[in-house]
Amino acid sequence: MKLGFNLILGGALTALVILAGLLAPWLAHFDPVLDADLMSAELPPDSTFWFGTDAQGRDVYSRILYGAQISLTVGIVSQIINTIIGVALGMSAAYWGGWWDDLVNGLTNVMLAIPSLIFALAVMAVLGPGLVSLLIALGLTNWSWTCRIARSSTLSLKSLGYVQAAQTLGYSDPRIMFTQILPNIMGPVLVMATLGMGSAVLSEAALSFLGLGIQPPFPSWGSMLTDARQMIQIAPWTAIFPGMAIFFAVLGFNLLGDGLRDMLDPHMRTRKL
Amino acid sequence: MKPLLDVRNLELGLRHGGQAHRILKGVSFQIMPGETYGLVGESGSGKSVTSLAIIGLLKKPLQTLGGEIFFEGRNLLALPRREMRSLRGNRIAMVFQEPMSALNPLQTVGRQIAEMYVQHQGRSWAQAEKMAVEALASVRVPTPERRVRDYPHQMSGGLRQRVMIAMALACDPALLIADEPTTALDVTVQAEVLKLIRELCAERGTAVLFISHDLGVIATMCQRVGVMYAGCLVEENATRDLFVSPQHEYTRGLLGALPKLGSRRLHGRQRLVDIDSFIADRSRLTETRFIAPRNSVSGEAG
Amino acid sequence: MDAPLLSVEDLHVRFPLSGSWFGRGRKMLHAVNGLSLDLAKGECLSIVGESGCGKSTTALSVMGLQEPSEGSILFRGKPFSGSQAPSRMERAMAAQMVFQDPYASLNPRQTVWHSLAQPLRLHNVTARSELSDRIERVMHSVGLTPEQAERYPHEFSGGQRQRIGIARALILQPEIVVLDEPVSALDVSIRAQIINLLLDLQEEFGLSYLMISHDLSVVEHMSDRVAVMFFGQIVETGPWSAIFSDPVHPYTRRLIATIPDPGAVLGLSRESVVEGPAQAPAGWIFADDGSSAPDVTVGPEPSELVEISPGHFVRLARS
Repeated sequence: MKLGFNLILGGALTALVILAGLLAPWLAHFDPVLDADLMSAELPPDSTFWFGTDAQGRDVYSRILYGAQISLTVGIVSQIINTIIGVALGMSAAYWGGWWDDLVNGLTNVMLAIPSLIFALAVMAVLGPGLVSLLIALGLTNWSWTCRIARSSTLSLKSLGYVQAAQTLGYSDPRIMFTQILPNIMGPVLVMATLGMGSAVLSEAALSFLGLGIQPPFPSWGSMLTDARQMIQIAPWTAIFPGMAIFFAVLGFNLLGDGLRDMLDPHMRTRKL
Repeated sequence: MKPLLDVRNLELGLRHGGQAHRILKGVSFQIMPGETYGLVGESGSGKSVTSLAIIGLLKKPLQTLGGEIFFEGRNLLALPRREMRSLRGNRIAMVFQEPMSALNPLQTVGRQIAEMYVQHQGRSWAQAEKMAVEALASVRVPTPERRVRDYPHQMSGGLRQRVMIAMALACDPALLIADEPTTALDVTVQAEVLKLIRELCAERGTAVLFISHDLGVIATMCQRVGVMYAGCLVEENATRDLFVSPQHEYTRGLLGALPKLGSRRLHGRQRLVDIDSFIADRSRLTETRFIAPRNSVSGEAG
Repeated sequence: MDAPLLSVEDLHVRFPLSGSWFGRGRKMLHAVNGLSLDLAKGECLSIVGESGCGKSTTALSVMGLQEPSEGSILFRGKPFSGSQAPSRMERAMAAQMVFQDPYASLNPRQTVWHSLAQPLRLHNVTARSELSDRIERVMHSVGLTPEQAERYPHEFSGGQRQRIGIARALILQPEIVVLDEPVSALDVSIRAQIINLLLDLQEEFGLSYLMISHDLSVVEHMSDRVAVMFFGQIVETGPWSAIFSDPVHPYTRRLIATIPDPGAVLGLSRESVVEGPAQAPAGWIFADDGSSAPDVTVGPEPSELVEISPGHFVRLARS
């Protein structure tokens, strides 16, 4: 099978991020929180500190590696929540139609109209800062597109013979949704999820940048950017590396999503001349 | 009389993972000016790709592997793209099965017909739009002056097909290719559209290559018929002769497989021919061919 | 066996037209307007009509896939629709359906075996040996081998998939099978095989067929009785021979006249049945002559089905 360029590059970058996060305890040279030596503050990259040090004297490279853990957690967990909410609402809305569909559509429209970051901010204002609040906030915010996709996929499947056949064979509605429809809509939904991972990482960066996400001294790429704000002119590496990390991670997730979509599409279409 | 269209040993292939798979094997037939020729076959027989090759719309992964298509004396396969484009719509026109996908949903039908005149005859838009109204009238669309401003989705399937026919015949082509033009239409609408094609083409002397899987429609429309199977033309004859005394095993199987109207009344319900048990060996079907010589008195279609 | 197996009485199905948003008072599409029909055991009743006439909606209502707006459907004299309808599981044992598109009628992610075993398990057939036995038998009866059941739908041709669709319809041993354009999507040579198969199965299992089709030559071949629908109503119904050799209603006559038939066209058979205009019996007129599309947002003019000869009914209005 010919693997697309997107899939390979995206897959490679994503794998890199995953490995960085998983192997951080072994790959890091220093402890990201505790090894803070003010005597080594704001040092440019050299052989000891590969990416230099920040204002507290912590090794940027090690912090980037541990930061990957945060980014991955945020990306994956928030997307799991998004997918569950989006699929549950979208699939049921399309399947049952009527007032439920109208309600879900209305809700989706409202969610899409509110800028997601504002909504996440509002949620976090209630829940307080920290990783768990961040996950809940992001999980509650970005399910709209998944819902739309699940809904439109379900709509097109609903009229297909095998779904109607399942009804005539006596299957209950929940059984039909789980066994007949869900496996067949997972393709586009998964693609949305990978794209959402990138968006979640960016949101985390923004929220942490605003001081609401990961609190210091724990490293997250977003909070590293916050800290680097004052030092851009003196120690640009403190901003460049977290920025690049975010860039490559989001790029990787997006390319992976694109590649998955391309790979899944022709597979599903039967080719007839 | 020289043939208008002369297809000689046409070979088409499908590129699949580096290899070219032959899907049309040495197909040859001729269409005389003004004649309606039918190409009948099941899916996969190659009848549609033949028409695409003639009008020059074969896209990758389909490609020509050999043979020639002579139209008005010129080999279409050897023509540069620009010349082919000027022939398309002008001398050779095509009507498709699905009018909704062949018409631009964002333009009025009047504009789309007018475009034919502007592009191929160099008319001004004002002139072309007047001619579009006349074109709609010629395909028997009621109140054409108003319909001209309709969008495709505002018209029924039958009307849209008439619009397609109007566009196709706008520049008085010598050859009209109709690929399953009525398959997507209701029975009563189908009858009207077929009648329209028959009458208009007879009036203007347009030759028609009529492609269908429906033997009943072929019988109504065509003077000569070619039967295609697995990329080969296995039998060709005047319509009446083909139906009365089919020579090739496949043709006989195909005709036997049809439920014939009126036969139950006369003979009771007869088991339809199961073509798989009728034909001993499908793989050998393409080895024999029966091409009847063209004679001066070809059977008239009803 | 006098009482009909399936009885549809005064069925009305209406759909709200666009602009759905909690409100009432929007226009309704009258898809089915007061349709009544009976299906006797072992017979094949075909409903014919052009697109939009409501034949598919009628079939879906019979199957319980579409709620009727008014009217009742009775199976063996007991309610089959509405508030007293049996559960889906019970309905499944009475009537099943074969769908038009063989490429969409099977779940692409399940093997054939799974698609056949799941409904059995749902209906309490759980012993592995019994499952295998029933699946084997049904595969054989549609002309396939049990080994083929291990494969996925995309590995089969259109004709084979339709056979699997028929197998699935038969696996619960229903009495009624609704056939929705069962051969329209198939090649000519395959159609013959499936038509032969359906007729054989009907005889073998004593099935009753309700067939929806627009292909009149298939209808003539397969049916015992035919009902012609036009915009939600039956305009003519009767035995197949009456409908095809002696159609009375102008719409039926138009339909029969337009069938492109090789035999008739080439002058090979001398039947020409629909010459001249339609004639209504004395005291009656044709309420709707089927020449123009009526307004589907309002119900039809009052009319009734009148029996003009035994078993042959035509829709007329008093003049």
